[in-house]
Amino acid sequence: MTDWKDKVENMVYSGRIKVPYLWNVGKTGSRFLIAIRDNKEIWGTRCPGCGRVYVPPVKTCGECFVPTTEWVKVSDTGVLESFTVVHYSYEMQPRKAPLAYGLIKLDGADGAILHLIGDTDFAKLKTGMKVKAVFAEERVGSIADIKHFTPA
Amino acid sequence: MGKRVAIVGYGQTYQRSSRKDVNGVELINEAVVTALADAELTIRDIDAIVIGNMDHFEGINYVDMWSAEGSGAVMKPVIKVCTGGTTGTTVAMCAYYHVASGMFNKVLAIGWEKNSESDTTGAIITAFHPVWERPTLGGAVAGLAIEASKYMHNYGATERDGARVAVRERLHALNNPYAHLHQEWMKGIPPEKLVDLIVGSEQNAMLAYPLRMSDMCPRTDGAAAVIFAAEGSAEKIAPVPAWVHATANRHNFVYAGDVDMDRNTTIAEASKAVFKKAGVKEPLKEIDVCELYLPYSYAGLKWIEDIGFCAYGEGPRLLWDGVTDMDGELPINPSGGVMSSNAIGATALIRVGEAALQVMGKAGPRQVKGGNVNLALATGFGGCYWGDVMLLGKKKPA
Repeated sequence: MTDWKDKVENMVYSGRIKVPYLWNVGKTGSRFLIAIRDNKEIWGTRCPGCGRVYVPPVKTCGECFVPTTEWVKVSDTGVLESFTVVHYSYEMQPRKAPLAYGLIKLDGADGAILHLIGDTDFAKLKTGMKVKAVFAEERVGSIADIKHFTPA
Repeated sequence: MGKRVAIVGYGQTYQRSSRKDVNGVELINEAVVTALADAELTIRDIDAIVIGNMDHFEGINYVDMWSAEGSGAVMKPVIKVCTGGTTGTTVAMCAYYHVASGMFNKVLAIGWEKNSESDTTGAIITAFHPVWERPTLGGAVAGLAIEASKYMHNYGATERDGARVAVRERLHALNNPYAHLHQEWMKGIPPEKLVDLIVGSEQNAMLAYPLRMSDMCPRTDGAAAVIFAAEGSAEKIAPVPAWVHATANRHNFVYAGDVDMDRNTTIAEASKAVFKKAGVKEPLKEIDVCELYLPYSYAGLKWIEDIGFCAYGEGPRLLWDGVTDMDGELPINPSGGVMSSNAIGATALIRVGEAALQVMGKAGPRQVKGGNVNLALATGFGGCYWGDVMLLGKKKPA
């Protein structure tokens, strides 16, 4: 017996949900972004419990679950802890492929910062190499005010 | 201490790239009906339902309500649980807790996804911080590539080592009719030769160094359902129930820069907690089979070290020695794993269901150790490095 559903054309309905958002950064993150925008300086917060310096800053240390109390200026130079070179293109990527990004542990910080790597031959990238922040000419108060990191 | 709980039934759909013949609710129903048939129960026997899938993947908010006619939740207690990649193991844990509490006797856990219905990377990117990460991020593949590249740097692992994991998963999938990827051309070719072919292939595009196409999981449509029952009922329903010996989950930081990329600390801590509770001292010797959530190849090297099957850096040796193959000491992913089927919301629950099948001796062509499986480990993984672990066993837990 044939199933009554057999040989039915499968209909597909196309849609798109487009929702604008306004994400609140909060005072702690705002202060970090303003220091980059106005002074090309990178600041983190230190946990009074474990001493860990967070960059970008957090208001509460997750490990110790206490408020961070101290602002610490960190270097705009650090170590490339790990990286990848992306070879596929995709509309949500910040740049066209090939692009590189990695985790950069800035001197004076404990966590790493996730950012793009540029102005360099990607074939020469190496884990452990020194990299330096390149700031954007026009800065608007976004993590992208650091244009990317480049070998120091 | 809660009640003893066992898995007594499991059902899954065939995992396929696109199931245009059914909508999400109908897909869920296929898995539920199969699980009920497996346990020889009806929906009237089920006291509560826990269901989950990925946020944003189908653009559906109230999956608990939206799917009620397919899941069997009409006029029953139902809760939606969504924890990203670990959703499937978390619905299993939640169903387990329901039964262990003594307040429910038989609970149905459901995980499902229709990856074909949207843009996976577009939806996944909502897991990343809008202010700190999205402006600089390259998507899901590249996030994992950073971990792989660090593992290679730290331990000298090579692309061939990564490919050896991919080869195992795809060879195992050939034994599993439910798996999405069936790479028939691999049949009969020794793993070493397959690794050479894969690493040397020009068609095998580099996505994000060091990850090629072959290192990644597919996008899949599929659903799974697992039935948990309390001691007293479980033995009557299933000839060999798969008892839950222990379960745990751990989270850490969400910002990629704060995650410890040297080790997978969440899966390590969750495993440690589970082994402590179950009294497992030598995981490699005591555990008979694993169904691990390995979304990409290098996870199959590093994370087995973090679970405690071998020392740091020894993962590749276990792979090349064949320890984790079907006939090895510790077969990993007889189902073909996540790299062969990834309907994300269902994926981690499939790990639990497949581990249960191995304990129950019902895994068919993918059964390991002639059905003599005492302990089986299942894990879940979430994209910002959090982990779920569940240990199942043939003997009733102490």
